[in-house]
Amino acid sequence: MFAAETALPTGWFLEHAYLIPVIPAVAFFLIIFFGKKMPRKGSEFGIASMVGALVFSAGAAYQWIHRVNSAASLESYVGPVIKTWTWWQSAGFKFGLGQHVDGLTVTILVVVAFISTLVQIYSTEYLHGDRRFTHFFAALTLFSAGMLNMVVAENMIQLILGWEIMGLCSFMLIGHWWEEGPNSRAALKAFFTTRTGDIGLLVGTSILFFSANSWTQKTLGVSGFSIRGLSAWALSGSPGHAAITAGAAFLFVACIGKSGQFPLHTWLPDAMAGPTPVSSLLHSSTMVVAGVFLVARLYPVFFTGMHILGSSANFIVVIGGITIVVAAALAFVQTDIKKVLAYSTVSQLGYMMMGLGAGAWAPAVFHIFTHAFFKACLFLGAGSISHSASHHSFDMKKDMGGLRKFMPITFATWIISTLALCGVFPFSGFFSKDEIIDNVGHNGYTIFMVVGLTGAFLTAAYMTRATYLTFFGSPRGASAGEHHDEHDAHAAHDDHADHGHDAHAHDAHAAHDDHGHDAHHGPKESGWLITAPLIILAVLALSSGFLNAAPFGESWEHFSKWVEPRVEAVSPTGVATIVGGVGAARVAGEAASTSVCGSSTPTDGVCVAPQLKHAPFKWAKAGMSMLIVAAGFLTSWFLCVELYEKKNKSLVGLTERNAVLGAGYKFLANKYYLDALYENVIVRSIAHPIAAGAYWINQNILDGIVNGAGNITRTVAGWVYKNVDQRVVDGAVNGTGSVARGAGGALRPIQSGKVSQYAALLFSAAAIGALVLVIINT
Amino acid sequence: MLLNEFLILGAVLFCIGVYGVIARKNAVLVLMSIELILNSVNINLLAFSLRNGSTDGHTFALYVIAIAAAEVGVGLALVLLMYRNRRSISLDDLSEMKG
Repeated sequence: MFAAETALPTGWFLEHAYLIPVIPAVAFFLIIFFGKKMPRKGSEFGIASMVGALVFSAGAAYQWIHRVNSAASLESYVGPVIKTWTWWQSAGFKFGLGQHVDGLTVTILVVVAFISTLVQIYSTEYLHGDRRFTHFFAALTLFSAGMLNMVVAENMIQLILGWEIMGLCSFMLIGHWWEEGPNSRAALKAFFTTRTGDIGLLVGTSILFFSANSWTQKTLGVSGFSIRGLSAWALSGSPGHAAITAGAAFLFVACIGKSGQFPLHTWLPDAMAGPTPVSSLLHSSTMVVAGVFLVARLYPVFFTGMHILGSSANFIVVIGGITIVVAAALAFVQTDIKKVLAYSTVSQLGYMMMGLGAGAWAPAVFHIFTHAFFKACLFLGAGSISHSASHHSFDMKKDMGGLRKFMPITFATWIISTLALCGVFPFSGFFSKDEIIDNVGHNGYTIFMVVGLTGAFLTAAYMTRATYLTFFGSPRGASAGEHHDEHDAHAAHDDHADHGHDAHAHDAHAAHDDHGHDAHHGPKESGWLITAPLIILAVLALSSGFLNAAPFGESWEHFSKWVEPRVEAVSPTGVATIVGGVGAARVAGEAASTSVCGSSTPTDGVCVAPQLKHAPFKWAKAGMSMLIVAAGFLTSWFLCVELYEKKNKSLVGLTERNAVLGAGYKFLANKYYLDALYENVIVRSIAHPIAAGAYWINQNILDGIVNGAGNITRTVAGWVYKNVDQRVVDGAVNGTGSVARGAGGALRPIQSGKVSQYAALLFSAAAIGALVLVIINT
Repeated sequence: MLLNEFLILGAVLFCIGVYGVIARKNAVLVLMSIELILNSVNINLLAFSLRNGSTDGHTFALYVIAIAAAEVGVGLALVLLMYRNRRSISLDDLSEMKG
C-alpha cells in the first residue's frame, strides 16, 4: 500500500532554520547591553544580525527549491522540515519549541529578513542623532526576531510567543517619540486594539487544542498545538462541526486585530505616529502580515471551519471584501501621505484575506510577497520626501507638490511602486492582485470579484491623487522653501506624526550640515543610504511578479510550484506516500481535481493541505481589470488637475455646497465614526455605567452608611461621655493608679539590683511554667 | 538508641548551667554557663531528631549554635566595657537597678 520511502533532500540551512529567529534575538541583547558603547551605537549589531538572518533564509529557500524540484512529480507530497524540542513541561504535558519549514515559511522568512535589512540600513540615516537611537535598533531587531519566530513556529504556543513579542515591540516603536501626546496615544491604541483581537487567538488555540489533542496524539504522536497535527486533523473528517468552526472564527478574530481588517483596522493609520522606517516595516512585511500568515499557515482549519469552496460567502471573505472598499474610500480624504499609504495597506490586506477566504491560497501568499516590496518602497519614499524635501512634514496639501524635479530617484521609485500597487501589467502587483480577483470569481464568489475590481478602481484613483499632490503641480509650504517658523504653524494639525522628531532631534540634525539645514532652503534628493534601499525595492517591485507570471504559461508559475503545499494524502509518519485509489487516478493527468483532500474524508493516511481550484488565466479578464485601473487613473487625474491646478469653480468646495457629498465627506473624514463608536459608545457603555453605578452607591449607600454611623456615633458619644468616661474610665484610671502604687510598694524589694537574684527568679518562673505544662499534658 | 542517656546528659548540663548563672559572681563565668544551657538544649534537639529520623532538630541546633555565637560576642563586649569602666567584672557591683 505504501510506496517506497521518498527521502527528499534537505540541507544544512533547512535543517537549521530555527537559528534564523535566534540570530536577531541574540543581537537584541547585545544592543541592549553593549549598544551604547559601540562606535555606531548598536546599529551594527542590528544590521549584522539581519544580514545573517537574510543569508540563512536565502540558504533555506534555495535548499527548499532544490527539495521541491527533487520530488517525483508536480503533485507528489513534499513534506515540511519539522524539528521540535521540549521547551517546558507541566503535569507530564510537553510544550515544544522548534521549526516547521515549508514553502510558505521560507517565502515569508526571505521577505521579512530582506525588508528588515533594508529598513535598518535606511534607519541609520533617518534616525541619525536621535536620542533613543540604540533603543530604537534594539526594538527593531527584537521585532524582526518575533516575526521570524512566528514564521518558523512548529506549534501554536511558539507562534503565540512570536505574535506577542511583535505586539510589544510595535507598542515601543510606534511610541518611539512618546514625549508627544498623540504618539503615545497611538501606541496605546495599537496595543489595546490588537490585544482585543488577541483574546481570539488564545480562545481559538484552546478550542482547537482540546478538540484535536487526542486525535493528533493517537494518529501522529504530536500534541494538539502542532501545526502539522492541526492541519491533518482539520482535513481528517473527525473534527466536530461546532468545534472547528468556533476555533477558526476565534482565530480569525485575532487576524482581524493584527492585520487591520475591517472593524479593528482603526489602529493601523494611527500607527503612522512611529518613525517612518517603523511604518515601512510594520506595514509591508511584519506586523500586519502576521494575521494573513496565520490564516495561510493553518489553512486547513479555516478551510474546513469556514466551508471555503463550499459556499458563496463566509466570514473571511466578507471581512476581506468590506475592508478593501472601506479602507480605499478612506484613503481619499487623507492629507497625510503616510495615512494614504496606511489605508492602502489595509485595503491590500483585505485583498489577501479575501483571496484566502475564497480559496485562492497561492495568489494571496504571492500578494504578501509582492506587496512587501512595493509597499516598503512607497513608505520609504514618503520618508525620503519628508526627510529631505518637506522638512519632516507629511502633509501633502500644505508642504508638498512639484517634487518630481527635485527628487528624481524618489519620484521614479514611487511611480514604479504605485504602478505595482495598482496592478498595472508588467509590474508585480498585476501578477498577484489580478490572480486573486480572478480566482475569487472562479471559485464562485462572484460578488467579491466585483468588490475586488471596485477596489482596483479605487486604488488607482487614490494613488493618482497622492502622486499628483506630492510630485506634480507647484511646490507648496516647506517644499517651496518656506521658513521653518511658518511651517511650525502647520504643526497644530493634531495627527501630525513626526513632530516629535522635529522637536527634539533637531539639535542633532544641525550638527551635520549636509541635510536638516538644507531642508530650510529647498527640497533635494536624499542621501544614498536612503535612495539605495529605494532603488533595490523598486527593482523588486518591478520584477518580483515574474516569479509567478501566470499569463506566460504554466512553466512561469515557479512560485506556485515551490510554495503551494502538495495535496497528496500521506501516511501518518509523513515519509511514505500513499498510492492506490488516489494515486492511480492521478496518473490520468487530472490530478488536481481528484485528490480526496478537503473534499471528503481520507480513508487512508492524512491530508495536510486541501485541494484547491485554480482559475485558468485569460487575457480578456486581465484586460477588463486593466481597463478599470486605467479608468481610475484617468478619472482621478482629471479631477486632480481640475481641483488643484485650475481651481475649477464647480469642483472646489463642492463638499461644502452639496449636502449629500458633504455628508459623505464628513462620514469619511470621521473614519465612519468607528473611533467615536469605540471610544464613546463601547468603552463608555461598559465603563460609564460602572462608574455611574459606583457613584450612586458611593453617594447613597456608602455616604448613608457613613452619615448614619456619624449620627449614631455622636449620640452614643454623648451618653458615653456622661456615664462611661466620667464614671467608669476615670474611676478605673484612678483605681489603676492606686493599685499600681500599692503593688509597686509591695514588689519593690524584688528589685534588688542583684543580677543573680533576677536569674534565679527567671529560672524559677520557667520551672513553674514547665511544671504547669507537664501537668496539663498528662 | 541511648535516648535516656542523652536526655540525662542534657539535664545535667542544664542544671550545671543554671547553677553557674545563679551562683557565680564572675560575668565571664556566667556567660560560659549560659553556653552550657544552650548546648544542653542542643543535645536534646539532636537526640529527638535522631530518634524521629528527621533533620528538623539538626537544623534547629545549627540555628542555636549561630545565635549562641552572636550572644557570646555581645556578652563579651558588655563584659569588656564593664571592666573598662569599673576595673571589675563582678556582677555584685552592678546594683544601680535597685528599686
